Amino acid sequence: MISSWPLLSVITFLPLTGVLFLMLIRGSEESLAANARLVSLWVSGFTFFLSLYLYFGFDSSLSGYQFEERADWITGAGISYHLGVDGISMPFLLLSTFLTPLAILASWKSITHRVRDYMIAFLVLEVMMVGMFVSLDMLMFYLFFEGVLIPMFLIIGVWGGAERVYAAFKFFLYTLLGSVLMLVCMLVMYHMAGTTDIPVLADFSFAPALQFWLFLGFFASFAVKVPMWPVHTWLPDAHVQAPTAGSMILAGVLLKMGGYGFLRFSLPMFPDASSFFAPFIFGLSVIAVIYTSLVALAQSDMKKLIAYSSVAHMGFVTIGIFTLTEQGIAGAMFQMISHGLVSAALFFCVGVVYDRLHTREISAYGGVVDAMPRYASFFMFMMLASVGLPGTSGFVGEMLVLVGAWEASHIVAVLAATGLILGACYMLWLYRRVIFGRAEKPEILELTGLDRREVLIFVPLSLLVLWFGIYPAVLLDIMAYSVSDILGQVGASVSAQTALR
Amino acid sequence: MDFTQLTFSAALPEYILAVMALVLVLTAAFERQSESGAHGHMKLVRSLSLFSYFAAFLAVLGLPDGTVFLYNDLFALTPFAAYMKALILIGAFFASWLVSEQWGEGIDRAEFHLLVLMAVLGMLLMVSANNLISLYMALELQSLPLYVVAAMRTNALKSSEAGLKYFLLGALSSGLLLYGASLIYGFSGSTDFSAIAAALQTGPSAGLVVGMVFLISGLAFKISAAPFHMWTPDVYEGAPTPVTALFAIVPKVAAMTLLMNVTYHSFGPATAQWSQIIVALSAASMIVGATGAIMQTNIKRMLAYSSIAHMGYALAGLASGTAAGTTAVIIYMTTYVFMGAAAFGVIMTIRRDGSPVERISDLAGLSSAHPLLSATMMIVMFSMAGIPPLAGFFGKWYVFLAAVDAGFVPLAVIGVLTSVVGAFYYLRIIRLMYFQDADSPFDRGASHHNRLVMLISVSVIVLFFFGIGKLAEHAGWIVSVSF
Repeated sequence: MISSWPLLSVITFLPLTGVLFLMLIRGSEESLAANARLVSLWVSGFTFFLSLYLYFGFDSSLSGYQFEERADWITGAGISYHLGVDGISMPFLLLSTFLTPLAILASWKSITHRVRDYMIAFLVLEVMMVGMFVSLDMLMFYLFFEGVLIPMFLIIGVWGGAERVYAAFKFFLYTLLGSVLMLVCMLVMYHMAGTTDIPVLADFSFAPALQFWLFLGFFASFAVKVPMWPVHTWLPDAHVQAPTAGSMILAGVLLKMGGYGFLRFSLPMFPDASSFFAPFIFGLSVIAVIYTSLVALAQSDMKKLIAYSSVAHMGFVTIGIFTLTEQGIAGAMFQMISHGLVSAALFFCVGVVYDRLHTREISAYGGVVDAMPRYASFFMFMMLASVGLPGTSGFVGEMLVLVGAWEASHIVAVLAATGLILGACYMLWLYRRVIFGRAEKPEILELTGLDRREVLIFVPLSLLVLWFGIYPAVLLDIMAYSVSDILGQVGASVSAQTALR
Repeated sequence: MDFTQLTFSAALPEYILAVMALVLVLTAAFERQSESGAHGHMKLVRSLSLFSYFAAFLAVLGLPDGTVFLYNDLFALTPFAAYMKALILIGAFFASWLVSEQWGEGIDRAEFHLLVLMAVLGMLLMVSANNLISLYMALELQSLPLYVVAAMRTNALKSSEAGLKYFLLGALSSGLLLYGASLIYGFSGSTDFSAIAAALQTGPSAGLVVGMVFLISGLAFKISAAPFHMWTPDVYEGAPTPVTALFAIVPKVAAMTLLMNVTYHSFGPATAQWSQIIVALSAASMIVGATGAIMQTNIKRMLAYSSIAHMGYALAGLASGTAAGTTAVIIYMTTYVFMGAAAFGVIMTIRRDGSPVERISDLAGLSSAHPLLSATMMIVMFSMAGIPPLAGFFGKWYVFLAAVDAGFVPLAVIGVLTSVVGAFYYLRIIRLMYFQDADSPFDRGASHHNRLVMLISVSVIVLFFFGIGKLAEHAGWIVSVSF
């Protein structure tokens, strides 16, 4: 019976039922807060459950889109309500629905005022994220892509730290500026092709000269989202000021929207421009990897350090995507999912101690292992995954990207590999300063260990990181066909061009 | 159906408003003598005017589907005109609904509602004007009552200044318009729109083009497109808030419709010429509107600049000179009416120390005192900034699409870039409401009767994406039969 449902629509819009419910309930401040937490946890948990059902129904031996839904929207204009998942969007869909309940759980105690509004914002955010990954219509994609800004702006601005207003504005305006340029390109594409259907546009061949401009417009949007050097400066501010759960979602899912956009739009639709701009993107990414790693070394704020490490890790993703090789793209995908899990966990690590000591300064800590041994081990595991220790998911992604990069350009691979070493430096150093050493401050010794809720967040994240590290095929199999489809589209066009010359 | 019957039914909304205006005159005159309870008196007048808008709206719904020419072609009733009339009447209904019986600011007089009714009648006539003479008559019927209501707060210097400024600049624009009209008449030999178009078929003469420039400049005053926007911020600020709300919601719909009718029906063969003017007006308005609003501290002034920017976006659709462009303007003006109504619904509900809010900083901390009001305002602000999935985004999508279709890609780029600048000041209001605490408390027991307007408008804004398919289809049909 359930198989006849419009499953993707249900998953996308299910959190709205929670929003509606939260809007209607009345009561005292406290009971409202308690109910809001429970309702949003249940709703997002159920959404995750449904997306698991989707995952088990997903046939990874087929290429193309599955669970497709299509309905009239703007009739006669080539714009329709079109949903579907393929091997590229499926992992992101799961990542979004998986991280949302964990993020809600992570804000269980740290958010104490206007809890209902907070939960409404989070559920709306989930709708936007999931909707963006499953949209197969460009206009719908844009609606969700931009719609994300509204709840995230509020989450940073209302529940953020001291400099939250500045961070929220910077986040919003930076991202909007990139996106509106993409909007103009979308209008041009719609004008040319007469439809906003993504599969149709992927088969439509735009003239190479036009591709050049279209690529740049989309690049403006996705590069800000990823974020790539030099448009990454909103990220550290946003991360530092956002509440823990906001950072988890921001690093875990929102950054992936850029990478997803490259894979869904730039590569298949502008193949000539993609191969033309690849060296340029390698350059920016290599700078991102090395420069932001060095910047991360100099940080005294834990969240800022992890934020910069995100920029560096996302640099690997963009390198991988534009190697235009099977290993590179699969590696980039893998790296995105892995980074989604690891960075969310790392931001939660910061959140755990921030909830207790209310500071993110690295120098305020030291010797935490004495008071919180279990926390220290989870932190260590995630730190090593971030560094790319074999056996964790981080290793697989970086390895594949480097293999792909070696095929594309030796020098890029070598330079990117130095980023790995720097990554190990700042993460290990962070870990040493926070966890080890002698606990000199009395408040460190009085820290309480992890409670059940916190363990409940760490365990699934750690298990997945380990599972993907030991048995990467589970993820690689899902995306294999879609990756080669994308490469087919890029390769077909590029070889046609060379033949013409 | 014989001629008189057809004429009567096609002009029914105007007849209703005209008759109701007479009724209001009588009510105002006779009730005044009784002196028994000014409150009840205002209630009666307000209900009567609301009733007339409602009745006229119903009459618009019953209008014939095709094009009807009335009074020796002085007026043309097209489905496009009918749609815009409906929009104007909805806007007028909202604007009058928002005025409570004891508002203050000098407008608690029967004359206020009477004058607004006359202005709305003028707007309906503007929408179907099909001749330079009827155009001018309708335009003045619309403008004169508005000059008076802008200056109605007699004890405030700013209001008198607003009224005077509005009147002087309005007179100047009428002068420009008349001069243009006389040139056009001189060179084409007719005041009829279709006759002018026929004269243009043979190639536009210099005199006709000059006349067209003057005529369009005169109309640009009315829609407050830059560089003819100077009066807007001062009038918005000085006029009593309900009058500002009216200005923000209704007259520009009528003026934009008139501009579209003039450009398409009478200057159709000279599209290449007028399109350049409109492109310049559009780009200038978008830039002036977006940058001018940033430094404002008065919320009415800020919304004035915001409306200048909105007119710039709408003109970007018109500039394309295509059917897609007209469709886009119809959609844009629809979203504009509801956004304006919702924004003023909020502003006119909040009071501090007994007077309506004026400064932007008065909104600080609104979200903790009035969560629903601030949520409404937030949705409107995001929508005005063009953030999807709200209504404002679809308006922008269609106008920029029309601009791109017509090859005006740079105009679309200016448009999206200024919309980012615009987002900054809309976000500033959200910041004040949500990220800051109130420095002084809001008045308790703020009036609740504005809820209806806000509820309807916000529902339209939020649920717009459901209906956009139908609306686009309908607007496309309107354009195909009207132009």
